[in-house]
Order: sequence, then C-alpha cells, then structure tokens
Amino acid sequence: MIPELFTIILYGTLVILFVSVNALFLVWMERRVSARIQLRRGPIHVGWQGLLQTVADAVKLISKELVLPSESDRFLYILAPMLVFAPLLAAFLILPLGPGMVMRDLNVGFLFAFALTNITFIGIFIAGWSSNSKYALLGAMRAVAQNISYEIPLLLSTMGVVLLAQSLKMSELVAAQNSVWFIFLQPVAFLIFLCSSLAEANRAPFDIPEAESELVAGFHTEYSGMRFALFFLGEYTAIFISSAIAATLFLGGWEGPFLPGAVWLLIKTYAIVLVVMWIRWTFPRLRSDQLMSFAWKVLIPFAIVNVFITAVVLELQKI
Amino acid sequence: MMENIVFFGVVALTLLGAFLAVSLRNVFYNALALVLCLFGVACLFIFLNSEFLAVMEVIVYIGAISIAIIFAIMLSTPMLQKTEAPQDRLKTLRSFVIAALLFGGLFKALQKTTWPAAGVDGDYSLHAIGRLLLTGQVLPFEAVSLVLLVAIMGALLLAEKK
Repeated sequence: MIPELFTIILYGTLVILFVSVNALFLVWMERRVSARIQLRRGPIHVGWQGLLQTVADAVKLISKELVLPSESDRFLYILAPMLVFAPLLAAFLILPLGPGMVMRDLNVGFLFAFALTNITFIGIFIAGWSSNSKYALLGAMRAVAQNISYEIPLLLSTMGVVLLAQSLKMSELVAAQNSVWFIFLQPVAFLIFLCSSLAEANRAPFDIPEAESELVAGFHTEYSGMRFALFFLGEYTAIFISSAIAATLFLGGWEGPFLPGAVWLLIKTYAIVLVVMWIRWTFPRLRSDQLMSFAWKVLIPFAIVNVFITAVVLELQKI
Repeated sequence: MMENIVFFGVVALTLLGAFLAVSLRNVFYNALALVLCLFGVACLFIFLNSEFLAVMEVIVYIGAISIAIIFAIMLSTPMLQKTEAPQDRLKTLRSFVIAALLFGGLFKALQKTTWPAAGVDGDYSLHAIGRLLLTGQVLPFEAVSLVLLVAIMGALLLAEKK
C-alpha cells in the first residue's frame, strides 16, 4: 500500500511539474509564432530568446490580487477554475511514452481523456454562472454549446482508427501503426479530428466563446490573478493533451528511430501544436452560426461516411 | 485497506450528491449535485472493473444529459435567483410515493435476475456490449433509436413554431 501511495504521489508531482513547464513553454511559443507571422520579433529580452519572459509573467500573475465579485456565488466561483483544470491532469494517465511506459493502459484508452474533458465543461458553466455577469454567462453558454457539438465529430473521427486497430488501448493503437501511420490511411479522419479538437479547446478560428470584441473575454471575464491563470493553464494543457492523442492515434505515437519514445512523442505533439498555432494566427474568427453549421453539416456527415467506408473496406478485405 | 477507504468515500459522495440533488432549494445547485451523484456512480463502475461503462456514464450522463439540464435552467431562470420556491407538502408526498414504488419494482427485478459471475479478468464490457447490441438485444436497441428519432422530430417541430 505504501509504495503504491508513493508512486501515485510521485506521478502526480511529475505531471503537475510537466503541465506548468509545458504551459510556460507553449505561451512563449505562441507569442513567438504569432510574432513571426505578423512580422514582429516577440519576446526576446528576458533569458535566451525570451524564454524566461513567461516565467516573469507567471510570477506577476501569482502576486496579483484575487478579486472576488461582490454579487458572485462565492463557493462555486472558487470551485470553477479547479474543476476546469483538475480533470486535465488525470488525462495524463493514458499517454503512452514508450513500450510499457504508460501509467495505466486502460481498455477504454483515449475515451477516458474525452470523458474527463466533459467535466471541464461543467466547470466552464459554473464559472459563467457564479460570476454573475452577462458576458461571463453568454461566454460560458457559447463555449459549452460549441464543445458538445464538436464532441460528436471528434469521437466519430477516431472510430475509423479504432476499426483499423481493433482496439481502444493506447498501446495497441501504437503497435498497429508499426508499418504505416494511420494519417496515411485515415487522412479525412485526421483533418476532422484536428478541426474538432481546435473547437474543443476554443481556439481560433473557433474562439467565439472568448470573442474579445463582443464578450470582453468570455466565461473568465470576472476572474483575476492565479484563478484566471488556471483557466489558461487548463487551455494550454488541453491543447497539449489533444495534440498528444492525435500524435498517438495518427502519427505512430512514441515510435521512431534512435531517440527514446518519450522524445518522439514530444516532437510529434509539438509539431501538431505548431500547426494549431499557425492556424490560429492565419485564419479569421468564424461567426456563431457558421460554427454550428460547419459542425453539423460538414464534419459530422464526413465523419460518418468515413466510418462507413472504413468498415466496408475492412470487411471486403476479409473475403 | 486503501481500496475500502476509497470505496466508502465514493459511496458517501454518491449518496451525498443524490441527497443534495433533491434537498437543496436552488435549482442550479440541484443540477450540480446531480452531476456529483452521477460522477460517484461512474467511479463505482470502475470498482466493478468496467471502465467502459464508467467512461460512458461520464460522457452521456454528465457530458450530455446534465449539460442539457443546466442549459435549460440557464435559459429559463434569471441569473443567481435568490427567491426560493415554497415547499409543497403534497408534492413531496406524491414524489415520495412514486420513488418508493420505483425502488420496490427495481429491487424485485434485481432479486429475480440471476447474475452471471464474472469469470474473466479485465474489462470485456466493450466487446460484450457491442456484440449484444447487434445480436441478442437488437430489438430494444432499435426501439430506443426510434424513440430518439421521434424526440428529435418533436423538438424540431416545437422549435419551428414560433
């Protein structure tokens, strides 16, 4: 019992450490990528290539006052950032870093991570409701409406891969891509997955919930200091996790020559994150109705057709 | 030892959620307590070695049904409504009787069913459920999808009439 408790605490500490460093790195990367795309230079003065800029920002955020709106629902207001952030930590349980290097190789695999993101939606709702502000409430409703619509194509797009691998287990999904990556067999599914995970993370061009010009900042309008930072930590962790799942499902996960598996997974994951950032700074924001019709009229039909064709081809191969 | 502590913790959480869901006087809190209760049930499925059912419980009941309930509350009641509906004795009694009848019926059904003992290790619910839905249980499955189709069409009809 004691060693087990010890490993749980050790893993938990490692995950929290990684999440913090990852968020600091991704914020820096986002600023550098956006600067490059907009022909600016971005943060370059603090540390090598400005790497320590986000550390300075984090220290500033920690030292800021935690404002509590007077008319808010105190208990729920404090609970919401934790509910958004905590489930994402548990999603690290299923990420495979190498042969046998996964904390829990669950039978349900990546579905576990998607189930956990559902709990963060409740956190977003609570944040919007307890702030007692119109902007926060509207932002929360838009965010959740968007998230639950895009969850359908997200799950459907993974089904083609699952049919090919005959398993939901992360380790078996990696093993099935030994000869050829699933991105070549399931290119449509990969595109649908990428679009839907962008929308799930509320990233541009799907960032209606935090449209600055009309909603101030969306569901976290009333939050300040470290509570606000927790939402951002959550957003960047969500991007990392969905990119890591995409890397495992479509790009062969930890498999690669010479380097250890964890390094390959990180390389592939950050490559997808780079594409995600590239998309954010290249495309304009969609309108709310365009967003919904894109999910229901484009992504879902394509995802269903993709699953159907995959199943038919697999059956025909058996004959 | 540790398993037992966690198990009774989860049971206490589930019961607390269920109790709060019916006893709190603010409708938004009721919905959140329901989420807590459903999360407890999902944890209990993990104790039964059925990760798939646990994940589905979270995706379907928390991710879809509870969120639909919260949406309905947000759209229909003013923000942070402080007024609380007065307690109605007759309503309480009526719901108590119906709940007791439902519990009795379910309890009878539970006693009559013979449960196949789990002889295998690991989680086979995913394959077993998939196979059963398309073979032995195909009629209930199709009936449920028909009900859902009717519900979608009804919702469209209601939304169309302005």
